[in-house]
Amino acid sequence: MSTLIRNGQIQANDALELADDASDQGQQKIIVSLARWTRERETLAGPQRQVAVRVPNTVAIDDAWPLLKDCALIVLEFPSFGDGRAYSQARVLRGRFGYAGEIRATGQAVVRDQLLGMHRVGINSFVLRADQDPQTCLRALADFDLAYQESSDDLPLVRRLRASQHAAG
Amino acid sequence: MYRYDVYDQKLVDERVAQFRDQTQRFLAGQIPDDEFRALRLRNGLYIQRFAPMLRVAIPYGLLASRQLRMLAHVAREYDKGFGHFTTRQNIQYNWPQLERVPDILADLASVQMHAIQTSGNCIRNITSDPLAGVARDELVDPRPYCELTRQWATFHPEFNWLPRKFKIAFSATTTDRAATKVHDIGVHIVRNAQGELGYAIYVGGGLGRMPMIGHLIREFLPELDLLSYLEAVLRVYNRLGRRDNIHRARIKILVKETGPARFAEMVEAEWAQIRDGELKLKPQDIDFIKSRFDEHAYRSDAARDTSFAAHVASDSAFAAFVKRNVKEHRADGYKIVFVSLKPAGGVPGDITAEQLEIVADLAERYSFGEARATHDQNLVLGEVEQKDVYTVWQALRQYDLATPNIGLLTDLICCPGLDYCSLANAGSIGVSQDINDRFDSLDYLYDIGDIQIKMSGCMNGCGHHTIGHIGILGVDKHGEEWYQVTLGGSSGNDASLGDRTGPAISRADIAEAVERIISVYMEQRQSEDESFLQCYRRVGMAPFKARIYAEDGVAA
Repeated sequence: MSTLIRNGQIQANDALELADDASDQGQQKIIVSLARWTRERETLAGPQRQVAVRVPNTVAIDDAWPLLKDCALIVLEFPSFGDGRAYSQARVLRGRFGYAGEIRATGQAVVRDQLLGMHRVGINSFVLRADQDPQTCLRALADFDLAYQESSDDLPLVRRLRASQHAAG
Repeated sequence: MYRYDVYDQKLVDERVAQFRDQTQRFLAGQIPDDEFRALRLRNGLYIQRFAPMLRVAIPYGLLASRQLRMLAHVAREYDKGFGHFTTRQNIQYNWPQLERVPDILADLASVQMHAIQTSGNCIRNITSDPLAGVARDELVDPRPYCELTRQWATFHPEFNWLPRKFKIAFSATTTDRAATKVHDIGVHIVRNAQGELGYAIYVGGGLGRMPMIGHLIREFLPELDLLSYLEAVLRVYNRLGRRDNIHRARIKILVKETGPARFAEMVEAEWAQIRDGELKLKPQDIDFIKSRFDEHAYRSDAARDTSFAAHVASDSAFAAFVKRNVKEHRADGYKIVFVSLKPAGGVPGDITAEQLEIVADLAERYSFGEARATHDQNLVLGEVEQKDVYTVWQALRQYDLATPNIGLLTDLICCPGLDYCSLANAGSIGVSQDINDRFDSLDYLYDIGDIQIKMSGCMNGCGHHTIGHIGILGVDKHGEEWYQVTLGGSSGNDASLGDRTGPAISRADIAEAVERIISVYMEQRQSEDESFLQCYRRVGMAPFKARIYAEDGVAA
């Protein structure tokens, strides 16, 4: 199984992926597709249950938000190395809707050299591609220690650094 | 110059370290080829026909003397002693070694330069008017706005994996010298009826295999809303741009398939959500960036000089140079001096290490330590006191940098073509030299007047052939090099795409075809004041076509 990095820590990946045609065995933590969630929300949800939703990268978050807002975990897809659509989805979830739950990246692009960008747009857990070394990946988050753009992480912003330098000077 | 502060410098230094680590991991077999390709492209590194090619960014074309000297150092130390200026105000080196590229980038970083995002499917170098800040016809200096945009675009986490490359150009004059309407976004700095500063936004222009002129999607965007609006455009594009076909992935296709009006609505809807957020500029943000640009103290008595006029009167070679290569500066007594990188027999845009150093010296002594790279692959010393122009010219001439041909037929734009590029179908440098040979009389060139020939070795269009008054496109026909010709393209404010003359023309006949096109123009024009473009727009294709493909004519 691929390694999961969650909030900067290597952790066990304990959520069960329930395929669209698989029967629900009532496990406590499951991940279902947005399509299945849309159809079976009433029956899948339960008081002791944590249902996460996997969102295709072609979905507009503005449209899907009512279905996602109560999920503790949203899974975003990076189906190929160069397909960056889910970066915008994460940014909209955090920046526009103030989503505070877990956003998890999965797919071919979840590699060392994209982790910092994913982290910057608000993704806080990563199912590493099978060939990735978790320790090398953890170091990726330290490649830069400041940034020009306001985003959904805590890297110091050049604009604020300049303002405080100006105020101090 | 824009002077980096400690934060700008730190980001560039950290990028060098990041790429050094990536290169080491690639060489150790830890990054697959196709993934390292995407990473190296974002650091300007291609693998070309013979060796890697490194494209170094020159934001909005502005260069300091010490940067020019560093470019010379890179040419000598890591390459074969020369570089090549491109149509996007960058410089390319054709022979660096992959293993040494991190060292090149470290050297460049030491003079506040980099190769960040000069390739790959991300936001590319921000380009602008090479005469920004010195042109008489400009509304405001566009460069601080370019720099704000550069910083916003640099390592933008959301837009590093776009469907395709993304190019933004700025213009602040009514004479568009940055070809903004063939960019993914063209920003025109304007004033509205109330006198407020802002921007007109064009989206969806582009060259390549489906050339298009950009659409105006917002007539007036307030000054402080620049970055939030750009972010809205990019977010719509990142979400909806096509990823199923690389040839349909540019934003121009999305704009075309959606329709410009509907596309504008989507951008407005996205923008409405973010316009009052963190991206909204504050006046002090703009003031800060402006304060990092050097101020130039012009001498108030510069215009009293009489030697400039005296030299023009007494030295006909200097007069020829002044006629074509010297333009009026906004300050009295100063001149804009064009350094031609189009000598007869040379490769358009090529420059040697020694020439780079001469330009650096001249800039330092006579032009406030700055030079500019132009979209037409020349250099400019933008702020020379008129009393010094003669001295500058003498020095340039000694190093073959003073060909008096700016804007003339031999000042043609040309991509590296089959000689260097792995994408090319046909050579372009050799054709440009043949054309040069045919038009070796300066008097005749002056008589023809302003004309732009633009040539690309393949339909990717790096030589901007579709917007040349005469465009030449290299195509492969059964393993032979042939050329399609277009007439009537323009990159100015009246931007237009050229019309094809007819069947492609053989390598042996292409220079002859150009000569015939010119002869038709010379016969048809109403006066010397009617330019080639005006003449073509008036008389149309028929007379040109008849002559090019006449019976005794060229093989097609």
